[in-house]
Amino acid sequence: MSTAYIENTAGRGAARYAAKRASRGRPIAAHHPSARRPGWVTYAILGVVFVMSVFPLYAAAMYGSSTTTEISRAVGTLPRWLPTATLFENFGAVVAAEQFSIWLAFGNSLLVAVAVSASVVFFSTLAGFSFSKLRFPGRQALYVAVLATLIIPAQVGTIPLFVMMNEFGWIDSVLALIVPGLVGAFGVFWMTQYLQEALPYELIEAARVDGASMFRTFWSIALPAARPAAATLALFTFIGSWNSFFWPSVVMRSQLTMPLVVPQLRGAFTSDTGLVMAGVFLVALPLLVVLALAGKHLVAGVMAGAVKG
Amino acid sequence: MALQSAAPRPVRRVGWGQRLSRWDVKLSPYLYVSPFFLLFAVFGAFPLFFNIVVALHDWHRRAGMGDFVGLDNFAWVLQQPLFWRSLENTISIFLLGGVPQLILALFIASILDQNLRARTFWRMSVLIPFVVMPVATSMIFGQVFGQFGILVPNLHALGLFTESSSPFFQERLLSHIAIGSMVVFRWTGYNALILLAAMQAVPRDLYEAATVDGAGRSRQFFSITIPSIRPTLIFVILTMTIGGLEIFDEARLFDGGGTGGGAGGTDNQWTTVMLYMFNLGFGEWQDRLGQAAAVGWIFAFIILIISLLNFVLTRAISSSDAPRTGRTRRRARGARMPQPVPVPATAPVEATTSPAVADDAMEGARR
Repeated sequence: MSTAYIENTAGRGAARYAAKRASRGRPIAAHHPSARRPGWVTYAILGVVFVMSVFPLYAAAMYGSSTTTEISRAVGTLPRWLPTATLFENFGAVVAAEQFSIWLAFGNSLLVAVAVSASVVFFSTLAGFSFSKLRFPGRQALYVAVLATLIIPAQVGTIPLFVMMNEFGWIDSVLALIVPGLVGAFGVFWMTQYLQEALPYELIEAARVDGASMFRTFWSIALPAARPAAATLALFTFIGSWNSFFWPSVVMRSQLTMPLVVPQLRGAFTSDTGLVMAGVFLVALPLLVVLALAGKHLVAGVMAGAVKG
Repeated sequence: MALQSAAPRPVRRVGWGQRLSRWDVKLSPYLYVSPFFLLFAVFGAFPLFFNIVVALHDWHRRAGMGDFVGLDNFAWVLQQPLFWRSLENTISIFLLGGVPQLILALFIASILDQNLRARTFWRMSVLIPFVVMPVATSMIFGQVFGQFGILVPNLHALGLFTESSSPFFQERLLSHIAIGSMVVFRWTGYNALILLAAMQAVPRDLYEAATVDGAGRSRQFFSITIPSIRPTLIFVILTMTIGGLEIFDEARLFDGGGTGGGAGGTDNQWTTVMLYMFNLGFGEWQDRLGQAAAVGWIFAFIILIISLLNFVLTRAISSSDAPRTGRTRRRARGARMPQPVPVPATAPVEATTSPAVADDAMEGARR
């Protein structure tokens, strides 16, 4: 099958894609029985799925664009179909709320998510390099031990961890959110699997022959080779940390993270549904931006078998 | 390191640099894996044992460690009607959120597994719910399912519910459906992508052979796709089980949470086990850490049991795919060629394998 043939039968876009695949050394037509484009029914179904996916956020924006009267009058339907300037006024009111500071919460969330992601990536890559490329007595046993820790259910640790945080004096401090998450078994497993394939022994040996120390080898050879998997790991760790709610609501009191702002909204704007919903939308917005920017990596990450964080 | 041969060498004076580099090679591997083990020792292994200690003592959040009470905390928890109610709620929400999620994810994955235009866009769109904060989803669904939301007034118009308040916040099963729908919303697209990755690894010539054999799309789906992606399917079901039983965020903020609410309804209609544990240890009026720790142990044990059951069941079900008694197989073969087979325009010529070969290929897929 040639690209010209595909162009005749399936269209120019398909041919372009096939040429791109061919240049990457993959089979030209890797798709269902044929390279034929599916019909409109498929796109109609996908359209419905898309609408369902964005509906809650859209609904939040519409409620957020409306006054309390409009919302109470519009029963059984959304109060409106297009956002108005009211939405931005409500955003302003949420940002200026006296009960909490959304900027502080944003800063806390960002600090925690960035610290945890960076640390998870670094230590996981370090351990992954060791497990996949270095030979040492007990390697296999230690690796099995890492995987075994994945079985332990998280909720067994909650209460004792809280008591520990209390002892450390970390209640209501971001340390309680950062330190326990600095490195995880899944990250180690992920990087080990990846480096096994992506890092040829020859490179390491060449570096060693050139007189590089072990750490130098890791820093200049393994870390660059691990970059794609590291980016995916960072992304998923970031999202997991950013959205987490259970543990923060156990250890935080007055210091808020973004998810902890959400329960505060109802308390701050008791009956003003429009304000509450605008706040909810505002809190959900940052990760949507992340999805828009790094969506391709996210999709690739899930399809490569990233596990729920 | 691979270059270090362990063969004894003739003794010679070794310089400092060389000795250092020997240590570098010997110790570095352990040094590099140590951060994980150190951190796990402190924040993983220690809490595991410490949780036993907490569960065996009278322990309060403010007063700290009290008397040793043996297994009293466990007995107390098992005697609480609310614990059992929350366990029922959790399993009910898990099923209402899990089963539709799996069916929908399989369906969406098979839709995505085509030669689509704007492929990346569609794949990204199913991931939107995954990045929306669950607590935000919970608040929005609470509004939509609420008294002035989108559903209830329309149900009223149909004459279904008479009381003015929203039945989704009163009736137990309806509240489970509402929370289950949040679970479906959050995870369906994510799991669809995992299943899609598995579907793309299914050899395409199997489908071609089946098409030549006259198998329709649904028949191909049940006889080729499902058996081929079985390991991934088991993986998805297992992770779904563990995640689905630990549900907290969606239930906590379903009725707007607030600082006073979030206990799971006026009559604990949708209190999940995690929410029960949270309220026991950190709720407004309670600080029973000892009992909460006991709940943690009991629940971890239950999750383990359910996961094992699930694993066994899944393996049993997915290994007996589409009905395959000898009779139906023969009938399928007999009914092969009355109607002309639509051979796709772009099907490679060599796709016209003999029926026997095609059958063999399908047998291979089932193994």
